[in-house]
Amino acid sequence: MATPTATAAESTRLSVNGVEREIAADPATPLLSILRGRLGLTAAHFGCGANQCGACHVLIDGHAVASCDTPLWAAAGKEVTTLEGLGTPEKPHPLQRAFIAEQAMQCGYCISGIIVSAAALLRRNPSPTEAQVREALDRNLCRCGAHNRIVRAVLRASKEGARP
Amino acid sequence: MSSGTGSDPSHPTDRTSSPAEARGLTPVGPGLGYHIVGAAGSALPGSLQSNPRLSHWLRFRPDGIVEVSPGKVEIGQGILTAVAQIVADELDVELARIRMLPATTAASPNEGVTSGSLSIEHCGSALRWASAEARAIHLDVAAQRLGVDVQSLEVRDGEIAGPGNLRTSYWELAEHETGGGLLDRDATAKVAPKPATARRLAGAAAERLDIPDKVLGRPRFIHDLAMPGLLHSRVLRPPSPGASLTALDETRAKAVPGVVAVVRDGSFAGVVAETEDAALAGLKALAAGASWQPGDALPDEGDLPAWIRSQPVESTPINLREAAPPGRVARTLRRTYTRPFIAHASMAPSCAIAHWSDGGVRLWTHTQGIYNLRADLQLVLGLPAEKIVVEHAEGAGCYGQNGADDVALEAALLARAVEGRPVRLLWSREDELVWSPMGAAQLVDLEADLDDAGEIVAWRHDVWGNGHVSRPGRGKSPTLQAAWLLAKPFPRLVAVNPPLAGGGGSERNATPCYDLPAWRVTNHRLLTMPIRTSSLRTLGAFANVFAIESFMDELAAERGEDPLAFRQRHLKDARARAVLEAAARRAGWSSRQKREGVGHGLGFARYKGFGAYCAAVAEVETDPDIRVRRLVLAVDVGEAINPDGVTNQMEGGAIQATSWVLKEAVHFDRSRITSDTWETYPILRFSEVPAVEVEIIARPEEKPLGAGEAAHGPVAGAIANAVCDALGVRVRDLPITRERIVAT
Repeated sequence: MATPTATAAESTRLSVNGVEREIAADPATPLLSILRGRLGLTAAHFGCGANQCGACHVLIDGHAVASCDTPLWAAAGKEVTTLEGLGTPEKPHPLQRAFIAEQAMQCGYCISGIIVSAAALLRRNPSPTEAQVREALDRNLCRCGAHNRIVRAVLRASKEGARP
Repeated sequence: MSSGTGSDPSHPTDRTSSPAEARGLTPVGPGLGYHIVGAAGSALPGSLQSNPRLSHWLRFRPDGIVEVSPGKVEIGQGILTAVAQIVADELDVELARIRMLPATTAASPNEGVTSGSLSIEHCGSALRWASAEARAIHLDVAAQRLGVDVQSLEVRDGEIAGPGNLRTSYWELAEHETGGGLLDRDATAKVAPKPATARRLAGAAAERLDIPDKVLGRPRFIHDLAMPGLLHSRVLRPPSPGASLTALDETRAKAVPGVVAVVRDGSFAGVVAETEDAALAGLKALAAGASWQPGDALPDEGDLPAWIRSQPVESTPINLREAAPPGRVARTLRRTYTRPFIAHASMAPSCAIAHWSDGGVRLWTHTQGIYNLRADLQLVLGLPAEKIVVEHAEGAGCYGQNGADDVALEAALLARAVEGRPVRLLWSREDELVWSPMGAAQLVDLEADLDDAGEIVAWRHDVWGNGHVSRPGRGKSPTLQAAWLLAKPFPRLVAVNPPLAGGGGSERNATPCYDLPAWRVTNHRLLTMPIRTSSLRTLGAFANVFAIESFMDELAAERGEDPLAFRQRHLKDARARAVLEAAARRAGWSSRQKREGVGHGLGFARYKGFGAYCAAVAEVETDPDIRVRRLVLAVDVGEAINPDGVTNQMEGGAIQATSWVLKEAVHFDRSRITSDTWETYPILRFSEVPAVEVEIIARPEEKPLGAGEAAHGPVAGAIANAVCDALGVRVRDLPITRERIVAT
């Protein structure tokens, strides 16, 4: 990861959860640090820092991406959506409703990244098969063993017409 | 641990009728009046024994909220919801009124460690009885104030109603009290909790209280805590376990913009900085200035059995059953089974926040035992208890002693350099996979003496390996990693085993659950510990049950007998037979078809010998790779407080055990642990996860038993037996991989 220095603090424009942002930071800073540290959006979690676990997944222009090893510059001019941006308590995303209905987690540390990966899947394939759901979530790790509940929740959301 | 095989303190003898009548009361149904039981004797239920004060557990707020203060903590197992269900039921309030407070040494009852699948027994029992008594205390006061008989009072969602329009409530009564109020007294356990049939919530599936926050992305984890002035930090790791820091040039690290302090105490060192990125840059600069002297060599990973057998051990007889007269021995079957070191591999790297002020420290941690952690911190920091406050904040799922306790001490050591500002220490993925304590490698030697008909006449079980507990707060010297590195170091301690009465450690489930005529069980604990071990889910039970269940199949095969029938013949306990038969029935055991590349296997155990009963049937495919297609589990946890929570725990346990059996082993060379990323320590992925079906055998009148660790051993046995069924090859060393099968 880059060393922040005063001279490196350029400005990057991007949209985060529908809000236009201008971020003054070293463009090599990981997007995850900006989201969690600068913007206070803590749903995306640090798990490995190497794009190997999926806990930090966010949508960039609709694609699920590991924000821990995506530099800020790579998100310039793009639309970033985090779990906080998918739905609200008043108007939850169908995936959020389905994860509650299926009680689809144990500890839940991985869940933010998993819901984001699932949202990307349902965006390109609104009616996936169970095998397609598993394939789409294969980059996301879960240690507690909640996998099958999670798959059921994604299929439930798909039936209830999930679209980002 | 208070749980044992003998008398059960959580169930005082119910002598309902006579004392109730003596007080002029008749037993009444739910909602109306209350129900007295005889003096409970000396033993209060669950954790009330050590924490009798009712106000330490429960508080009624004037705004209609019930605050519940458990000493157990949420580690992703849903315990807070199950406990809230119990309290709401006993108090006759809606679940939405319950607020579960995070555990803190400043206020919460000391319930030791959240481990061993004992939270429902310890905390659930305590709060069930405390709530029943709290309700009765309030009814007595309400009856006095309203001038009516207590029997005529009814509780509906916290409102206390008498004849006519007479009304009051828990909240109204609480408003007129000060301090701990009506609950500022010790529990007597003289008020009976409701019978199982009268419970509305406990026993029914409930949505977990923490899940909405987690799906909406609201801050919930310790990693998400925001605090004014929060600093960030990182610890410098040695190149190998046991290495010592001989020189450290701090100049470059101190020059990194944003670095606030560099800390060194002996071989412990780290950086504190304004931002995480600056802390990482500071660490890189610090590492470049460090010189190390290597520690002792690690064992040869390629020949762990030879290493285990060559170490000094402490041998302890665990269990002896002798047959009179001894059966005639025609021959003896001997087999050895092993498991490797296994990592906790929690999804979140461990994290803690420490804040020093006025010569004391306040810590936020995801430890499983706030008081135990505080005890070790006192030893290392040289502070009295009142100078340390330990607050629990949720971490990721925890399966034993991961890095949670170590990171807390490290944060305290680093934050001491910047008194007045909170310091957050987040481990890296490598820290978590390499520097957390590991689950101990084990070797199990099994021997069965057989008579002429191949029937078992005697059985011997010898288990070898490191101890399974290095938890803090239990000894005179700290077990926290950094304490061993300081300039004035505390001695490196070798892991021990918890008492057998609580289930034991290496020897957990080493005594067979089967009715055999004679046995001898012996534990051999290693007295060296080059790879640090501590509690990982099920402790020794995973390896012992894997070995016993594999051996049972081998013995059944010697006789050409069906594995189910062979087990049934050796089980008298009706609850044991019930889970075995339920799993077999649901999986279609008797009608299974023999197909090329497909196998079926059975596994069974009663966790710890006195906990939950579980049986598993595995269906595996072996072409091209070994893959578990389906697991069918039957479980008896006594009273299931939240059946969906039990199912979730069983599914999770079964999937995690599948991952352990098929994939997991800590790798190391002679100087360092090399499985330091998710690529070098792979775990089961979505596309590899089997279908899991769970059948709960309902026993609402039986004592509730933990579900978190019941599945691992039976699932391991079932998979190993299914692989053998498919390939005709018996793999006795975990993990069961294609390479192992080829080598066998």
